[in-house]
Amino acid sequence: MPPINFNDIEVLLPLIILVIWACLLLLVDLFIPKKHKWLTALLAAFGLALTLGFTLSQLGSESNGFCATGKPSICMVVLDGFSVLVNALLLLTGLLGVALAYGYLKRMGIERGEYYTLMLFSISGMMLMAQASDLIIVFLALELLSLPLYVLSAFARSNSDSQEAGLKYFLLGAFSSGFILYGIALVYGATGSTSLSQIFEIASVGTSSLLLTIGAALILVGLGFKVAAVPFHMWTPDVYQGAPTPVTAFMTAGAKIAGFAALLRVFGSAFPNLSEDITPILWALSAATMIVGNLLAIAQTNIKRMLAYSSIAHTGYILMAFVPYGNPEVAPVSIAAGLFYLFAYTITNFGAWGVVIALEQKESKGLQISDYAGLRRKYPVLAGAMTVFMFSLIGFPPTLGMVGKFYLFRAVLSGGYTGLAIIGVVTSLVSAFYYLRVVVNMYMFAGEPKTDNEFWLRFTIAGAALVTVVFSLVPQGLFAWASRAVLKLF
Amino acid sequence: MLFSEATTTSFFSLAPWLVFAPVIGLLINIIIGGRFSEKLIGAVASVASGATFIVSLLLAYSVWVGHGQGESIFLAEWIHVGSLSLDWTFRVDSLSTTMMLVVSGVGTLIHIYAIGYMHEDVRFKNDPSRFRRFFVFLNLFIAAMMILVSGDSYLMLFVGWEGVGLCSFLLIGFWFEMDTLARPSWANSNAAKKAFIVNRIGDLGFLIAGFLMFWYLGSLQFDEVFAAAPELADTQPGIIIAITLFLLVGVAGKSAQIPLFVWLPDAMAGPTPVSALIHAATMVTAGVYLIARSAPLYNLVEGAQSVVVIVGAATALFAATIAVGQYDIKKVLAYSTISQLGFMVAAVGMGAYVAGIFHLVTHAFFKALLFLSAGSVILGLERGHHLLAHAHNGGAADHDDEEEVRRTEPAEVFDPGDMRNMGGIRKTMPVTFWLYMIGSLALVGIIPFAGFWSKDEILLDASLKYPAVYWLLSTAAFFTAFYMGRQIWMVFFGTARHEAAANAQESPKIMTVPLMVLAGLSILGGLLNLPFKGFHNLGHWLEFTLGEVELLGLDPTVAGLSTLLALAAIFISWLLYGRVTLKQADRDPLKKPLGFVFTGMENKWFVDEAYKAMIVDRYTDVCRFLADVIDSRFWHDWFHEKLIVGTYNWFSNTGLNYYADQKIIDAFANGLGRTTKYLSASVRRIQNGFVRSYALSVFLGVVLILGYLILK
Repeated sequence: MPPINFNDIEVLLPLIILVIWACLLLLVDLFIPKKHKWLTALLAAFGLALTLGFTLSQLGSESNGFCATGKPSICMVVLDGFSVLVNALLLLTGLLGVALAYGYLKRMGIERGEYYTLMLFSISGMMLMAQASDLIIVFLALELLSLPLYVLSAFARSNSDSQEAGLKYFLLGAFSSGFILYGIALVYGATGSTSLSQIFEIASVGTSSLLLTIGAALILVGLGFKVAAVPFHMWTPDVYQGAPTPVTAFMTAGAKIAGFAALLRVFGSAFPNLSEDITPILWALSAATMIVGNLLAIAQTNIKRMLAYSSIAHTGYILMAFVPYGNPEVAPVSIAAGLFYLFAYTITNFGAWGVVIALEQKESKGLQISDYAGLRRKYPVLAGAMTVFMFSLIGFPPTLGMVGKFYLFRAVLSGGYTGLAIIGVVTSLVSAFYYLRVVVNMYMFAGEPKTDNEFWLRFTIAGAALVTVVFSLVPQGLFAWASRAVLKLF
Repeated sequence: MLFSEATTTSFFSLAPWLVFAPVIGLLINIIIGGRFSEKLIGAVASVASGATFIVSLLLAYSVWVGHGQGESIFLAEWIHVGSLSLDWTFRVDSLSTTMMLVVSGVGTLIHIYAIGYMHEDVRFKNDPSRFRRFFVFLNLFIAAMMILVSGDSYLMLFVGWEGVGLCSFLLIGFWFEMDTLARPSWANSNAAKKAFIVNRIGDLGFLIAGFLMFWYLGSLQFDEVFAAAPELADTQPGIIIAITLFLLVGVAGKSAQIPLFVWLPDAMAGPTPVSALIHAATMVTAGVYLIARSAPLYNLVEGAQSVVVIVGAATALFAATIAVGQYDIKKVLAYSTISQLGFMVAAVGMGAYVAGIFHLVTHAFFKALLFLSAGSVILGLERGHHLLAHAHNGGAADHDDEEEVRRTEPAEVFDPGDMRNMGGIRKTMPVTFWLYMIGSLALVGIIPFAGFWSKDEILLDASLKYPAVYWLLSTAAFFTAFYMGRQIWMVFFGTARHEAAANAQESPKIMTVPLMVLAGLSILGGLLNLPFKGFHNLGHWLEFTLGEVELLGLDPTVAGLSTLLALAAIFISWLLYGRVTLKQADRDPLKKPLGFVFTGMENKWFVDEAYKAMIVDRYTDVCRFLADVIDSRFWHDWFHEKLIVGTYNWFSNTGLNYYADQKIIDAFANGLGRTTKYLSASVRRIQNGFVRSYALSVFLGVVLILGYLILK
């Protein structure tokens, strides 16, 4: 075993800090009395902020870590602009997740310190996913991010829905992990390596083998499951509805970001030569996801379920960005657009879930869309923020969602996938129906919604609404960052 | 020298704050004003306006220090399309700073006055929540007006022009659902709409002028337009004439000249501070400013100048005659404003830009004073009226209970603005009386009040250039003195013709103190530009912008004659209205000697009726024609029903329906329906909550993908 050098540590420094922090938090939490669990939340948030600081300090640096002896190109993990951007986004997700969870857990009587620790572990997995440059690490990261999520889904132990969600997620997650593992095995069989750069080198020599293609496809299936692409999405509505709402909010954003990061990492660095075979599959997955997600969302009356289908639909939109991944001319812009969309979706999504959390009552009350009636009269700011989020999810100006969709459709069109763009536009149009129904309920019907005054929740909602609007007016900086981050990958 | 240069440059860069300051003020009031007390709301708005005044002062100082050297302050890029390139640029020179000082100075005084006025007004009207809205609008107006006077291009000027138009609309219709009698009525909103729509006509003229400028002169920026104009005047003078005349249409709309003046009298429906600020002192003078600003264009075409002079002079006389026959205290002032605007337009039309701007400034002082004093009178009567209503109900003990006052609103119709209800107010409201006297003397043009000097300069210019116009204007000045005399006698002298007038109460200090400042300005305003050598301050000041101007001395004949006319008119008005004590039911003493002529004056020469018969009704006819004949009979009945539906029916009845519809389309639609049903059923079968079916779905997906890869 080669000695671990300092450079290896440096590459994974934020991740290592986060893991250590999470372990310490697990211990410290034991000594925090039940009344003062806010301290745990605060410490978790502090750990995330600290890690975020270290992550951002890595901006601009690029190196590989844990490389094979004498072969500096074969490495386990990588640090580059892309990983920094994705990690920053993930840590932001974590911070938002803590902010949403704190009041909710107390209100629902499920306040336990492990919640935050599990979240930190899950984020570590996600970050590792973004930095992985070896299929084995990808798999490890996937499991590291998934297992805490299974537990978190079942966190409301007294609630049978939550238990069911956890178990279902676990079973199906295991099922899909099997596919990934099988895919990795086939790829190894075809190329004799699990290193992404090695696979690329070997695959680019000679003709592509069916074994390799099928292996890649199976990995795609597994990642497709994580990001909830149709037809691997069936778990999503049940799990998202059953899990405690802050967990759902965290999952919709965090797991999605990590899944897409892995998708990009694996397919962008290892399988660009297979694009001829993979692109049609991505095309079909994207189209099916957009259509099914949006159409089924229409029928929902429960807001969590509706947002779950909405989350599926948005997976479809983001997948659009990956369709031209093998075309080096279009891919950078397209992937950058996808990253931007992920950011837009994360912010908007957290805002929307924040409003859901604000209105949720014990025993899953206050979750029907009809429960939003009269919100404008009683809580105009909350209703205004929700309107902003709904508009952003539709892709209506002046919101981040609109800018994201604009970049996305532009990239897809420049890649020549006009049909996909049309499906995207038409399904967005369809989506207006169910998003606006919430707005209509809030503004035009009378009702008596109830919510408690929780500072951090309100703060998150207001902040998200503000960012959704303000950044839509000055999106260039972010997009430029995303473009810079992905440029090195192609 | 070095120091002054340094300060100069730094002050010029303050120009954008002309607009920012009021905008910040209104934003504060919009966002957190809901928690403020009325005093604080008013203070915020007044401070914002006052800040604008201070910035204006600093800018004017910078221009003065720089020996009239103005500057254009770039703020942001705006439009860069094709050959059109315009920016948000503020033009600071002696002309624009003069306007800024008037607008922000008078504006600030009116803001302060309005704190007192609106405090009572919103209570008489029973909706205190609108207090804040009023000051937001007022600040918005200041911002828009500042854009108007400081814009460096016709388009930026137009933005301000439309902005003030919007504020005018909002403020005329401030009590949009009730009239002055606190009863439901749409009169105020109709007045607002009238003002807005009439101004649209004028604005269309402005727009066309702008299009012509861009098309023929290639720019809308002032200096570029003026630089390119002389060449065009040589080759195609008609275009310049068209531009200037279309601009005149815009001026006629905004500055209430013939034929578009009809909106201004109705605009008095707005609260009195609005009448003073927007519809007397500032916004309506925008047209005068526009012509003065466009002086390099007008100077090129004498024909257009003559038209401007004729329009102005005719308006001056025409409106003055109408003012004689009015009974509403504010209506008299409104027609007086139109008349005085006519004086200004005539002056700038003659090329006497200094005289026009001079009169604009002094008029802003004394007309604001008059309007605000009139507002004080009206509120005084309202106070008296409410006191009476209260006393009649024997509730004198709980005097402060406003609910009580409201509930005991008498059924009797009482108009606190009707001069026939007034009389003898000199005794009950002495402060207001003296202020009103000062304003009136300034307006009438009695030496040494401000109006004398400015009006005399216009008359002198006219006597030298357009003798006929001189006589028109002199006649108008005579009428001016007469209607003001009539008003003074009717309102302040004699005996009270209504209980409310007898019980009128003086206004609080917050209203009277700003009036005293305005009164001081009305007395001393003449010092700006005395017709003696070495005292042409305004003339020299504006020379920086307008170029060489003619500086006239005092002509004893002109000055003597106008003073004589004014004194004669006041004397006649005393004979008719002051000597005898009028009763409420009395007919106007003029009615008998003048007969139908006075009926014409009373009814504004039936201009509104004529417009209704000539334009509004014709327009309605056209609309009705379009609705009944074109849309209903032709489009719906014939084209739609007969042609389209008929043809369609014909097609369907020839068996096409059977083949096309039943065999093909129905089959397809049914098939589609069946497929959808089948699909949704299968989806529902899968989305059943069982993990095994979910796994099956994943598995099927895998099979599909692998199948594709293998079979491809």
